[in-house]
Amino acid sequence: MSLARSLAPVARAARTPMGAIAGLWLALIVAAAIFAPLIAPYAYDVQNLPESFQPPSSAHLLGTDEFGRDLLTRIIYGARTSLSVSVISIAISVFAGMVLGAAAGYIGGAFDRAVTIVVDLSWSFPEILVALILVAIIGPGVTGTMAAIGVAYLAQFTRLTRAQILAIRSETYIEAARSLGAGGRFILFRHLLPNALAPVLVAGMLATGDAIILEATLGFFGLGAQPPLPSWGSMMSSGSALLFKAPWIIILPGLAVAITVIAINLFGDALIRALDIKTRLREA
Amino acid sequence: MTNPLISAEALARRFSTGGGWLRPARSMMAVRGVSFEVAKGEVLGVVGESGCGKSTLARLVLRLIEPTAGRVTFDGQEVTGLGPGDLRRLRRRMAMVFQDPYSSLDPRFTVADALTEPFAVHGERPPAGRINALLDQVGLSLAMAASYPHQLSGGQRQRVGIARALAQAPDFIVLDEPTASLDVSIQAQIIALLSELRRGNGLTYLFISHDLGLVRYFCDRVLVMYLGAVVEVMPRADASPRHPYTRALMDSNFVPDPTRRKTLQALKGEIPSAFDLPKGCAFAARCPRVTDLCRAENPALRDLTPGHPVACHHPL
Amino acid sequence: MLLSVLDLSVRFGQVEPLSGISFDVDRGEILGLVGESGSGKSLTAMAVAGLLPLVGGRIAQGSVTFDGTDLTRLAEAELRAYRGRRIAFVTQNPMTALDPAQRVGEQIDVVARLHRGQSRQGARATTIDLLTSLRIPEAAAISDAYPHQLSGGMKQRIVIAMALAGEPDLIIADEPTTALDVTVQAQIIHLLGQLVRERGLGLMLITHDMGVVAQVCDRVAVLYAGRLAETHNAAPLFAAPRHPYTAALIGCIPREGMAPGSLTGIPGAVPSAAAYSAGCRFHARCARMEERCRTEVPLPAPRPEGGALACHHPLGAP
Repeated sequence: MSLARSLAPVARAARTPMGAIAGLWLALIVAAAIFAPLIAPYAYDVQNLPESFQPPSSAHLLGTDEFGRDLLTRIIYGARTSLSVSVISIAISVFAGMVLGAAAGYIGGAFDRAVTIVVDLSWSFPEILVALILVAIIGPGVTGTMAAIGVAYLAQFTRLTRAQILAIRSETYIEAARSLGAGGRFILFRHLLPNALAPVLVAGMLATGDAIILEATLGFFGLGAQPPLPSWGSMMSSGSALLFKAPWIIILPGLAVAITVIAINLFGDALIRALDIKTRLREA
Repeated sequence: MTNPLISAEALARRFSTGGGWLRPARSMMAVRGVSFEVAKGEVLGVVGESGCGKSTLARLVLRLIEPTAGRVTFDGQEVTGLGPGDLRRLRRRMAMVFQDPYSSLDPRFTVADALTEPFAVHGERPPAGRINALLDQVGLSLAMAASYPHQLSGGQRQRVGIARALAQAPDFIVLDEPTASLDVSIQAQIIALLSELRRGNGLTYLFISHDLGLVRYFCDRVLVMYLGAVVEVMPRADASPRHPYTRALMDSNFVPDPTRRKTLQALKGEIPSAFDLPKGCAFAARCPRVTDLCRAENPALRDLTPGHPVACHHPL
Repeated sequence: MLLSVLDLSVRFGQVEPLSGISFDVDRGEILGLVGESGSGKSLTAMAVAGLLPLVGGRIAQGSVTFDGTDLTRLAEAELRAYRGRRIAFVTQNPMTALDPAQRVGEQIDVVARLHRGQSRQGARATTIDLLTSLRIPEAAAISDAYPHQLSGGMKQRIVIAMALAGEPDLIIADEPTTALDVTVQAQIIHLLGQLVRERGLGLMLITHDMGVVAQVCDRVAVLYAGRLAETHNAAPLFAAPRHPYTAALIGCIPREGMAPGSLTGIPGAVPSAAAYSAGCRFHARCARMEERCRTEVPLPAPRPEGGALACHHPLGAP
């Protein structure tokens, strides 16, 4: 159960044609987000009104916005905001969902019933609604967005983890471990969680794509990252009023969102095939 | 038996289903008052068809499930009354080999991991050389220690399952249909291995199977079960059957000899549901010797000859 | 002869999992096709029925002559007139062969309507007749049941009824009793035997159990690792097996009065088709192996007393 074995499916996924293209784009966008201050050609927040509304050119590869700010710079910094918000919020959500779902599936009884009822209830509201309500309560900004997205997806990971734990618990090797004298904690940490991990992590990766859209949506409504910090959603929002005057202002960040989300889904699909867990994800 | 290694007294287990909205709760007795003793070094066979409760019995004996009634005694200790700590200690002395060699190994564990587990559950590490010794005992090459289950054949996996059961050098092993999902050629290999281990390690087995031919070859005594209860205990593997059901099982067992074809079909009908057991003998509906007495009254298990108990109003 | 398979070889790309298989099945006769898992029994059945393209294989050589027609030369559309109609299947797991959402009687009706062009009422009558002839009590009530309401043995009877509904000449039964309880297995095996005699069908019975073969088969073809080891009539084959593999398979079944320790099995395992060795494929597991067996393939040769044998060093030879 070495790290090499755990990463082998990722390598297999990256070797498929679709997985390779998607993986390349994701690597590019993640690198751009991390090294934004080093590679961005301009400052993201310095206004330069004489250069406003410039279409793409050699000086501004992707043009400028209504304040004359370089759009490539803002998209790179926007990637920083969008990716960090969605990845961190989903990571928290996956972790909390695994703890809750494993506890529900493992402890069972009244606790399981209570968790199941709450999960089923929140399942009947769309994520965007849950997120909007939460941002309204916490207040707009990066922290509020993260909390909103994290809670919005919590039900999904709780439910998936619980289903995995229940399925694995009925495998004969669990009974075999018990016959050897294994206690509950041993079984949970040595058998149940390690075997439940892969499907939940892949579901987490796929949800990150949705989370980017959700983050962009909140940003579009002005509830996400606050100016002058760029996010893809807020950039599209300011561009929407200028759709006919300077269409690149809305189209380019929109493309960034679309391509990134498609890449995440394609890579996720390749990973599902590499791990051979399609049926296990459907069960949940 | 003067000093049995393991004994069961009136073991019973009830299972319930349903009980939700719109579904009335139903319950059935999977095991109904089963008693037996196994002497040290003996192999006791338990034979019966699906739903006869033999697998439930195996789990009750090892207390992997709790009995509804009755008790199990192992080497003078009452297993059914032990607390969690004592039970864990006792688990070093008894082990189990499972039917399905595919799902009985964790797909993420290498063979070495699987053989380390019997020690790890007690917070120990296997003694140096123990893993290799175990592989050697079950006839697997040492190179296989690093293999994952999906790289092994069914027979090899079952050898890993046997090695895992042997790891803590137990006195008693429950074998729950260990060859039912294997090819006959591999079944014979595994049975030969189990015989050898029994002789070499002085093991005591409870051998569960649906195959009376195999049970009669491998076991010293045979317990025949039908719908949760013992219908006959054959004192020797070659004893002639006295219960009509045992007879039918023997007639259903085809021997590889065309000159000894069975001309009569052994039994009509199939095993009824355990949820609505008839009042009298559970076998009455399929029995060729059935009378009104059988439908009215359940026959008790009684010795026909010393050491050969049969539960039948009209034994053969 | 109803079915004559001659020198049949099957290929999947570069791999040849089945080579030079020959056997016959006549009307009113049961042929047992035996061998361990991986010996090519099911693949042989698929090749006979022309189902290889489904799994990416093809017939590389040989012929499958059914009632005078070489099926290997037919197009898929022509084959469909045989499959289900004149050649029917009974599979191992009755649960997967039946549609869980349809009443079992209707599933039998469909076969009679499709292959015999019967009307709805005619098909229904055929179904009830069939179920009655399979000794199913209250046939009408059973035909209205859904699969999950029936026991394993009853479901297998329904699958057999579906096979019979097209009035086939040949039935291919792939391990039809492996999933059943022993007393029910005995019932189904007897039933298949009776159907063959009464209706003059040919039955190709695929099994790994030499006990079942001895019980009902007239003739036996023993396969090992994609090649024919031995064919013969059942009685002489069991009385005096010539191929060491046949003898070893028979020796795997525990028998009354067997001395403890005499059941040893066959050491090792069937090699995978990609790893077939040179020479006789059984040599690594064979107690009678000699130098020639490593290098030279023993081809099935007809023998004077009937049947064929592929062994350099057979039992009972000087």
